[in-house]
Amino acid sequence: MKQFYNAFIKGDYLTKLSLFIPGISNIFRGQIIKGLLFFSSEIGYLIYMFFYGFSAIGKLKNLGTVEQGWIFDENKGIDVLTPGDNSMLILLYGVFAIFITAAFLLILKSSVVQAYELENDIKRGRKPLSFTEEMAEYTDSKLHRTLLFLPVLGVVLLTILPLVFMILIAFTNFDRDHQPPGNLFTWVGLDNFKAMLSSGSTMGKTFFPVLGWTLLWATLATSLNYILGMLLAMLINKKGIKIKGFYRTIFILSIAIPQFVSLLVMRNILDDDGPLNVILQNSGIVSEYVPFLTDATLARITVIIINLWIGIPYTMLITTGILMNIPEDLYESAKIDGATPVTQYFRITLPYVFFVTAPYLITQFIGNINNFNIIYFLTRGGPATLDYYQAGKTDLLVTWLYKLTVGSKDYSYAATIGILVFIISAVFSLIAYRRTSSYKNEEEFG
Amino acid sequence: MRKMSTVRKTTNIFVYVFLSVLALIWVLPILWVILTSFREESGSFTPYFLPQGYTLKNYINLLTDNSTFDFPRWFMNTLFVSVVTCIISTFFVLSVSYTMSRLRFRLRKPLMNIALILGMFPGFMSMIAVYYVLKSFGIEQSLLALILVYSAGTGLGFYVAKGFFDTVPRALDEAAMIDGASRGTIFWKITLPMSKPIIIYTLLTSFTAPWIDYIFASVIMGDNYENYTVALGLFKMLEKEFIHNYYTQFAAGAVIVSIPIAILFISTQKFYVGGVTGGSVKG
Repeated sequence: MKQFYNAFIKGDYLTKLSLFIPGISNIFRGQIIKGLLFFSSEIGYLIYMFFYGFSAIGKLKNLGTVEQGWIFDENKGIDVLTPGDNSMLILLYGVFAIFITAAFLLILKSSVVQAYELENDIKRGRKPLSFTEEMAEYTDSKLHRTLLFLPVLGVVLLTILPLVFMILIAFTNFDRDHQPPGNLFTWVGLDNFKAMLSSGSTMGKTFFPVLGWTLLWATLATSLNYILGMLLAMLINKKGIKIKGFYRTIFILSIAIPQFVSLLVMRNILDDDGPLNVILQNSGIVSEYVPFLTDATLARITVIIINLWIGIPYTMLITTGILMNIPEDLYESAKIDGATPVTQYFRITLPYVFFVTAPYLITQFIGNINNFNIIYFLTRGGPATLDYYQAGKTDLLVTWLYKLTVGSKDYSYAATIGILVFIISAVFSLIAYRRTSSYKNEEEFG
Repeated sequence: MRKMSTVRKTTNIFVYVFLSVLALIWVLPILWVILTSFREESGSFTPYFLPQGYTLKNYINLLTDNSTFDFPRWFMNTLFVSVVTCIISTFFVLSVSYTMSRLRFRLRKPLMNIALILGMFPGFMSMIAVYYVLKSFGIEQSLLALILVYSAGTGLGFYVAKGFFDTVPRALDEAAMIDGASRGTIFWKITLPMSKPIIIYTLLTSFTAPWIDYIFASVIMGDNYENYTVALGLFKMLEKEFIHNYYTQFAAGAVIVSIPIAILFISTQKFYVGGVTGGSVKG
């Protein structure tokens, strides 16, 4: 911004004019092709804005006014269904138009900055770069632009644009009762957040219990996986244990096969009439089936235990290498001082591993908050309950979000939950990434 | 000393027993799918563990009888999507990670922070919006849409590869720079040829994504069975009206899909470990 301001204030009239007619400075100073490219971008933008853009942005204000309805057609003598405004498309095209405008503003800015550079080059008696010379820069000093162009374009179009659209949805009433094209939806400000966060409303009565279970789940799943996984890694690493590779591979199998396979199979095994229950009943251990996935409390315990099946090997995988890196002489001297294996574990092993894996632990925690697969494939969020709106007793915030999106089409609530999950994750992530060694010490290499 | 080693021996025996029991628990569900895939009796489950009869019929039917479920087609769909996705996303990931690791420019830090922030939103929060964006391009429910969904955002996942590039010594770059090589040449001719492990890792991980994803595919494809991927198709087989007749075929399909994916994962696990522990594990 500073660069642009400087260029605009200090530049001559051609440079200043570049803000309104991009490329004019290039054209008059010998860089014809580049100038024409700049100029044509403005033409293109204006044409787009004139035909679509302005109206698209204008309609953003109230997201459409004309409802679809039956209007009497005098020629035909019957009521005819006439299409009304489609709030969803209005919002989408409005966001498009804003993105295109933002891109064009960047072009204008770069036009002024480059015009100023060109002006200075000429003043200093340097020959302006030809188009081919400038293109060559894109494989050298401007290589980052070449390499980033497509990936960034992809992210802007299919990540940022939908995300902005969805964040805006959180401030509308785009729910099951306001579905275009039949109905319009409109801006409601912070109403969704208020509904979600007030403990008295239907949404709040679902949100807080689900949030509580999500946090409980994430805490239990993360800590149990971590501690038990580390113990498993230590057992396999133990001196004198042979076929270590064999054991590791066996355990890793559970994370190597696709989760939709392993979890759907587990769901089947644990079914009320499933093989496990039949075997338990036939062998007389229980007289009635055990509702592994159909009783609220038991289902919660089941998902945590089944998650161990996937989570323990993960931790084992991560900590094996770290455990082997702990200097052996630490243990030797501890032994001489008479430390028991338990003391050694709490004083040497755990602090060492924890130090290296602290960021991993926090990312795991966030990963578990967003752990869609295990819940959805195992229980689909069930058992269902009437206390909650569209959620079951094992639903996490993200599976609830999924159900609200795909099932009941309450997009506005889904978007609100998404934003709230983002806020929760952001708080934890900030702590995590600030501590990641690769983020902190990246300049130390080379 | 001898006493010490007897103690160790007995504890080791306990450890062996314990590990073996655990290992058994761990492979049981996997064993169960494999046995089910060869089971002669149909039905979603049997009250016994070992099937009463074994057959290859489930595999044969899965691959040849396409009247209800066209598994071969789903398999080819997934294969096609993953091959294209893995080429595009490997290119994206390597470009971004190399840029963030080696090139210095004004927006580097801001862009990395934006990537971090974007990663904190639940991945599928905006999937319905993605669907409408794709619809406005007129390509919803197509394989192209799926490819775009899987590959467009991959530039954000540059951390593992960046960690790798960070450890490649810079001395070579500098030497080449003195010899007058452009940065583009250094990237293509010097760094990339030295980065085979990370290229293979990126290729393999992005290849597996379409095989194991259910959420995005389910939203993008809706009810367009023709363009289903294996994950969607196999999930479909477990719906109430099909599960009884198709459970053994589901198991057969699950085995067919899982074997290559498991092999790929096991062969890339080393990089995965290096990636999450921030390169601090060198062993």
